[in-house]
Amino acid sequence: MEQHVYDTKYLREQDFTEGRVLFETWSPNARYAWDAGVAIGRFLQGLKAGQLIGTHCPSCARVMIPPRMFCEHCFAPADAFVPLQDTGTIITFSLCYVTWDMVSLEEPQIPAVIAIDGASPGMGILHLVGEADPKAVKIGMRVQAVWKPDEERSGAITDIAYFKPLK
Amino acid sequence: MGRNRVAVVGAGMTKFVRRAQETAKELAWEAASKALESCEMSLDDIDAVVIGSAPEAFDGVHMKSEYLSDACGGWGKPVIRGYVGGGTGVFSPIQGWYHVASGLFDTVLVICEEKMSSCQPHPQGAFLTIFDHTTERPLEPNLLWIFALEMNAYMSRYGLDKRDIATVSVKNKRNAADHPAALLGDAEITVDDVLNSEVLAWPVQRLDVSPITDGAVALVMTAEHVARRVTNQPVWVEGVGWSLDTAYWSNRDLSYPTYVEEAARMAYKMAGITEPRKQIHIAEPYDPFDYKELHHLEGLLLFDKGKAPEAAAAGVTQRDGDLPVCPSGGLLGVGNPIAAAGLMKVAEIFWQLRGEAGARQVPGQPKRGLAQAWGDLMQVGTVIVMGI
Repeated sequence: MEQHVYDTKYLREQDFTEGRVLFETWSPNARYAWDAGVAIGRFLQGLKAGQLIGTHCPSCARVMIPPRMFCEHCFAPADAFVPLQDTGTIITFSLCYVTWDMVSLEEPQIPAVIAIDGASPGMGILHLVGEADPKAVKIGMRVQAVWKPDEERSGAITDIAYFKPLK
Repeated sequence: MGRNRVAVVGAGMTKFVRRAQETAKELAWEAASKALESCEMSLDDIDAVVIGSAPEAFDGVHMKSEYLSDACGGWGKPVIRGYVGGGTGVFSPIQGWYHVASGLFDTVLVICEEKMSSCQPHPQGAFLTIFDHTTERPLEPNLLWIFALEMNAYMSRYGLDKRDIATVSVKNKRNAADHPAALLGDAEITVDDVLNSEVLAWPVQRLDVSPITDGAVALVMTAEHVARRVTNQPVWVEGVGWSLDTAYWSNRDLSYPTYVEEAARMAYKMAGITEPRKQIHIAEPYDPFDYKELHHLEGLLLFDKGKAPEAAAAGVTQRDGDLPVCPSGGLLGVGNPIAAAGLMKVAEIFWQLRGEAGARQVPGQPKRGLAQAWGDLMQVGTVIVMGI
């Protein structure tokens, strides 16, 4: 099959830094304002008030977080918003030592999927773990939301600063 | 429902490189021309064109298939682009298959192209838009997070040893040393090299991950009467399948790829496969990360849940093992130009079944193989089974 491979030209970083090749650059000016929608709008309102909220499916009885206006299993409309606890269990986590553009971090970020108490089993959300020794974080660890002070909350997922281990 | 028999009769590709001098269009043309040349066909012989390519944001070009169409031989022809993220490279030949199986066309040129290097400073910046804009992106996620979260869930569920998982990276980079288009072939790499590489997002380390890559791959697919005329070695598409899981990824059991099992069952049923472990002779599962090859082998029902790592460590998936897996060198070794990487796997099955894989040829004259890809928000499985 070797004859069916085209001899593509490989560029190196110096080809750019030393101006051996021509190129064009562009920085897009693209800005967006996303509507939160019905279910997530109510979720954000709850966060501003220091409360996690899910939705209930009348058909399969799941309590779902992030909340949604319809159950994707039953394809039925959710019939109620349900207040949940701000505690939960770590389903999985990572210790991340790089930023998205691959710059090294001294102290790792600890992203985790956290199953929220009061929602159906396995219903997790993505958030961060803080006030924790990275070496001590475990799957199955119990955690609780650390809320920003009232006056700093804006109705955003970041109104929870992070989740900390429950003593 | 009647379906016409469909064969792959030609394949070609570019070298996979970190940064190509060629534009996306030039890469697509290089692969397309090599595929046509391989079966001594010309563009006049082609009825329709299928294009596969991943996010527009990589290229900063909207409507990428229109942009690529001339280079893919699409001028004056019916052209379609399907897109299921990383699953695209196996979904595109599935589209090629149903174009021909339906009887609508006799000959289809399938091209998958990806040029990731244009996106600055890092193509991850474009990838980040897969996260939910309201509930996730304000947390400033890193794309590696979701893979690390999934890998940890998989390892913890079955008590897996990272050393066993690292053998996949070693195998694939060594296999790729025999691939003439490979970016990261390395005949000398060891498990310790992988385990000692930089920790990016534990448990993911540098050498667990496939590289940013530019490249393109193309196939020619035809109806049986055309295949019989142009080659004495047609490779038949025996089964195809695809399935999508929920986009609420944080609600899923990340330790098992149910969507891959659903896609595999669809393809096996079509192919009449009842015992995949006996009836599949070689496999090219999607391996952007070493654990994903194992995860997918389990979803493909080729190993029991949680058992693929120890089989890999025992050599079962080596090129001369009982079930050669990623004899090409996979994404970890040949490279990962998203859509093109998936189609490279299909091309590898084509070359292996024809006995044309050169130094990579698996012993024992395999008669049937499969390729699988994965993508979207870790939620799509695409599977194609091919045989001679």
